[in-house]
Amino acid sequence: MCLGIPGEVIELHPEQPDLAKVDVNGVRRMINIGLLVDDPPVPGEWVLIHVGFALSKIDEREAASAMEFLEGIGQAYEDEIAALRASLIE
Amino acid sequence: MRFVDEFRDADKARALAAKIAALCEPGRRYKLMEVCGGHTHTIYKHGLEDYLPEAVQLVHGPGCPVCVIPMGRVDDAIHLASQPDVIMTSFGDMMRVPGSGGSFFDANAEGTNIRMVYSPLDSLKIARQNPDKQVVFMAIGFETTAPSTAMTMLRAAREGLTNFSVFCNHVTIVPAIKAILDSPDLRLDGFIGPGHVSTVIGCRPYEFIASQYGKPVVTAGFEPLDILQSIYMLMVQLSQGRSEVENQYSRVVPWDGNQAALRAINETMELRPYFEWRGLGFISHSALKVREKYAAMDAELLFQVPGVRVADPKACQCGEVLKGVLKPWECKVFGTACTPETPIGTCMVSPEGACAAYYNFGRMNRNRVPEAQVTRA
Repeated sequence: MCLGIPGEVIELHPEQPDLAKVDVNGVRRMINIGLLVDDPPVPGEWVLIHVGFALSKIDEREAASAMEFLEGIGQAYEDEIAALRASLIE
Repeated sequence: MRFVDEFRDADKARALAAKIAALCEPGRRYKLMEVCGGHTHTIYKHGLEDYLPEAVQLVHGPGCPVCVIPMGRVDDAIHLASQPDVIMTSFGDMMRVPGSGGSFFDANAEGTNIRMVYSPLDSLKIARQNPDKQVVFMAIGFETTAPSTAMTMLRAAREGLTNFSVFCNHVTIVPAIKAILDSPDLRLDGFIGPGHVSTVIGCRPYEFIASQYGKPVVTAGFEPLDILQSIYMLMVQLSQGRSEVENQYSRVVPWDGNQAALRAINETMELRPYFEWRGLGFISHSALKVREKYAAMDAELLFQVPGVRVADPKACQCGEVLKGVLKPWECKVFGTACTPETPIGTCMVSPEGACAAYYNFGRMNRNRVPEAQVTRA
């Protein structure tokens, strides 16, 4: 829950400006980007995601190290990805 | 993963260990608190204490949101979930936290409908699909998750959803740090500031720690080298007699935080006069409640919440662990009666809890790297 998961923005929602599709290690889900309204991300940029919300923009290097950290912590990360897979934000 | 090797570079870690050791003044001991449970996790996972001289001790702080929820609030949540036609939604981390009569999982076995969700936004979908039910979101967490709850409330208001509410248990980190600074049991020399919380609140809220208490603060990232670098930055400040707020994690944390997130929190929530923290007791202005403007989404107003105070189990010493007074393994039930499978206290439930982190990764045998030895003529 407290984990920040890096995701790459794939596409913005055509009708809802605060939603975007991201790729998190191969899992593609819709997330909310409303908290980045002051500097909205565009496809190809990376964001750090907390419970379905992008909280900050990061660069690819930071995304890689954050993902390495998450994979290293094991079960908690697997639970978070399983929860993300089950998520159906719309 | 081409950038990772650089962060994992053991030579860099040893070089930092040597620089930290070189800053130790003879006879002086240093107690540094890492506030955030994510940092605690990294410290144990990578054995970072082996890179520190004996004189530098890390103290684990209260920054694990699941760990600080008092038993009474778990009981209150189960009471809410037991009301007719209620579906409660909760983050998975919360499901195994014991209340006085059991956890959310235990309550579900007795007939409540408490569903795990990844995001508070998933609760809205459940609410839309179940117009004849009341969907109550069990909101927990520090400033990292509070904006998500706030944005979800704003969305529900825009949609005109009338069957969604929030049982608000959001807490704020700064009053907890102040309570620890004011606590007579513990004398700390500096703080490794939380990473993700600071993404929202920025670094300014820590300035009182430096200016009023004279303790340095360095906001840190989550990689092993981030934490060692932050300890080095704290030691430099201490050796120069400075106390300032510095940002080691500036590649993610803006000095002023995330203004959109702070606006959303401020629109939907306000500070409670006081709130009970597990182990730390009642702390003034340390938690958020739903603003009156959004009273229609405040589960505490929509339902009768018993608000009973439940004392922690006598054997459990989570309070001392959360304040950093006890190390996890010094608790009487650590690893025997209390394990991640059968937790008695919250610190053993969450992966960010100090006890669970130590149980999973800790080693009794320390093997300090040679660079961390302080050698003096």
